[in-house]
Amino acid sequence: MTVERLTPFLSICGLLLLWLAAAFLTDDPQILPTPFDLLPLFGTELASGELLHHLGATLLRVLWAFALAMTLGTVIGFVMGRSENVNRWLDPWLVIFLNLPALVLIVLCYLWIGLSETAAIIAVTLNKIPNVALVVREGARALDPNLDALARIYRMSGWSRLRHVLLPQLAPFIAAAARGGVAVIWKIVLVVEFLGRSSGIGFQIHLYFQLFDVAMVLVYALSFICVMLVVEWALLQPWERRVSRWRRV
Amino acid sequence: MIRIAIQSKHFDTVPVLGEIRFDIAPGECVALVGPSGIGKSTLLRLVAGIDSDFIGQIDRPDAIAMVFQEPTLLPWRSTLQNLMLLHPGLESEAAQAALQKVGLSDKGSAFPGQLSLGQQRRLSLARAFAGKPDLLIMDEPFVSLDAETAETMIALTEALIAEQNPATLFVTHSHSEAQRLAQRVLTLRATAEGAVLDG
Repeated sequence: MTVERLTPFLSICGLLLLWLAAAFLTDDPQILPTPFDLLPLFGTELASGELLHHLGATLLRVLWAFALAMTLGTVIGFVMGRSENVNRWLDPWLVIFLNLPALVLIVLCYLWIGLSETAAIIAVTLNKIPNVALVVREGARALDPNLDALARIYRMSGWSRLRHVLLPQLAPFIAAAARGGVAVIWKIVLVVEFLGRSSGIGFQIHLYFQLFDVAMVLVYALSFICVMLVVEWALLQPWERRVSRWRRV
Repeated sequence: MIRIAIQSKHFDTVPVLGEIRFDIAPGECVALVGPSGIGKSTLLRLVAGIDSDFIGQIDRPDAIAMVFQEPTLLPWRSTLQNLMLLHPGLESEAAQAALQKVGLSDKGSAFPGQLSLGQQRRLSLARAFAGKPDLLIMDEPFVSLDAETAETMIALTEALIAEQNPATLFVTHSHSEAQRLAQRVLTLRATAEGAVLDG
């Protein structure tokens, strides 16, 4: 294993050491437990099925919001990047939604739609669409006009043009939006759950916040961080490597 | 017969092309020369059907191929896929044969980024001829190549044109290229109403 490959692992070990030192200095497990204090709690929650139930609920919301935000944001961003007319109309909306605090959208969705799953997913989706649209718009503006001409002259079918000409050019932008998107979406999902759901990591954090149980807050938060790290390393990074394979030759 | 009858072409209010009329017979090779920036590439884009914002009419066949100034390849697809994706009816053997004609038979699985500029140009040429076009359009296909590579490319183009005999319209700055490949040379000259054909 090379030094470069070891670095992330060593970096995480450093963070754990920092945590241990802070816990040692605090000397109060109720304020800051050590990582070892969390292991039995993690085991209990896992065995009871509670942890998996809430992880699953949050993950499902993240997946729904991610899929919706990526699809709608990509389409809106693409159209805005390709049509100056549409961009003139939608750009002010984009600026407004980009600057609208996530909390405002969440509260408004709950007030208008009710404390439901639909409201939660719509709130998260609306929060993320502007960021995706912003990134993909830049990608659509950077499309090579010669490749567009090529596709027209050789009469490529719509599907073939999308798959072999447009999407490969947009892929780096979509990948950037996706990676940033996942990180932001799960944080917003937690807020949504904190405010108005009866399941999920955010709900559990809310529960243990009221009980002032720092250890359980950390168990749930860290469990989901681990899930998201797996998503990042097992899905997003390999996908990104695959679509950018041709750049490294 | 390919019939070009352009009355005018403007970019916003600026006239680029004036009245231009000429025909290209099947199998005929026509060179288009003229000073830089006069509108040669614009005229090619109109003939190719990429730009339809002009006054006039162009009768062209369905099977058109174009060789751009730059190789204009799909860098994320292999050499072989660059041929087959643009010509979906092309069998794998035919695509391999097309690569062989331009000396790229061992490069089928390479990405365009792994090819030299000369090889990319040859791939672009193979792509144009792979579809057996009725009209071949080339926009300065030998520009920015060293003398030796340019000579190889011209000879290759000459051979492929002789083999398939498409109607050809190409832009060049080099009179020697024009004399060598074309049966007829058209010259664009500037007027207040946009570029028109000389003579």
